[in-house]
Amino acid sequence: MQVPAPFDYERATSVDHAVRLLDRLGGAARIVAGGHSLLPMMKLRLVNVEYLIDINDLHGELGYVRVEPNRVRIGAMTRHRELLESDDLRRLLPIFHDAERVIADPPVRNRGTIGGSLCQADPSEDLSAVCTSLDATCVIRGLAGERVVTMDEFYRGPYETAVGPAELLTEIRIPLRRGGSSAFEKVGRRAGDWAVVSCGVGVWLDGDMIADARVGLAAVGPNTTGIPAVSQALRGRPPSEELYVEAGAIAAEHCTPVTDQRGTVAYKRHLAAELTTRALRRAVERIGGEP
Amino acid sequence: MQVTMTVNGEPVTREVEARLLLVHFLRDHLALTGTHWGCDTSNCGACVVWLDGEPVKSCTVLAAMAGGHEVRTVEGLERNGSFDTLQRGFMACHGLQCGFCTPGMLMMTRALLDSNPDPSEQEIRDAISGQLCRCTGYASIVRSVQWAAADEAGTRASIVDEE
Repeated sequence: MQVPAPFDYERATSVDHAVRLLDRLGGAARIVAGGHSLLPMMKLRLVNVEYLIDINDLHGELGYVRVEPNRVRIGAMTRHRELLESDDLRRLLPIFHDAERVIADPPVRNRGTIGGSLCQADPSEDLSAVCTSLDATCVIRGLAGERVVTMDEFYRGPYETAVGPAELLTEIRIPLRRGGSSAFEKVGRRAGDWAVVSCGVGVWLDGDMIADARVGLAAVGPNTTGIPAVSQALRGRPPSEELYVEAGAIAAEHCTPVTDQRGTVAYKRHLAAELTTRALRRAVERIGGEP
Repeated sequence: MQVTMTVNGEPVTREVEARLLLVHFLRDHLALTGTHWGCDTSNCGACVVWLDGEPVKSCTVLAAMAGGHEVRTVEGLERNGSFDTLQRGFMACHGLQCGFCTPGMLMMTRALLDSNPDPSEQEIRDAISGQLCRCTGYASIVRSVQWAAADEAGTRASIVDEE
């Protein structure tokens, strides 16, 4: 039987309350949102927590998808299912619907949250690549107030983020830029499994040229949530099949997969190239709808 | 710590450890052993119950987290001594062999039919994609759900097995 080591449990009644609790309890305290990353790690005793601060009561405060003229704001407690079922996201940022269809399974999506996924920063986790390819920023609340960081600043490496010991991720902000769209491609061994490789793409056109493009990969190394070399190769060139293939080759060069039960290095590099090519193609095909 | 929640419509209060998982709370503290404890790693879905009407894997929810909320288990499917349509469908279409995955399958597919009374086969398969049937009886499970959907729509005569 897998049971976590003993801990004290407290519920936060507001974001400020959660931050004050974290400040008072120090490094032995952890926030639990959906719990589908943290609780399994506690059960395996990979993480020891002395104080568990449950923020599920903050779903009313932090569970939302709000569309503004130039950006979409997503509350950190928004659950995977809510992201999957959001008509606004499907219309404006279709990459979320692509990704959420294949993240875990329905009962897990009913609990897991976007904030929890990003804060877990598992290198196989899909939403970090999604948010990076959309050029998202993260709002982090602490005792001194709020600060906003880019995804590059937020994701420091596997299981490591910019969120300090007495801070809480509260919101993800995604800019809406004209002439763009997005897509996500994933290959997994079976329903609900982690990716063998997955790829998120955001691309923006200016006339017939690619004004900007961002590509992020998951499950192929510690630092692939954004691959700047692909963006550099795509900017200022007209979209074409040859260009998508070229971008795929660059993505495959810039990842560092390892051979494991999900596949060999060669297979994962092949997937990195192919999924980048497919996601770019699909994202460009989608351009023409709303901003 | 003390935890109070509503389980199958009845308020319950127990003194528990904060680390107690909801699946063990239901089985060991409330003797509701219909909910099965399978893989312990949120993979198999045998432990699926409803939390405020939504299916969740109870091996990955603390009993403490369910405090103040409404839980429904497979025991709560029966109404006034009558089986739920899905339970009848599983009987009619051989939706179980060993029965280990059945409580999770029933809770998941009841939620499906409540939100989508006429699901396609693909939608049924997507809905149970977080559940494992180690007897591999998925085809019969899908048929059972189709039987129940047809029964509830009043069109059962047009599909598959008789009851």
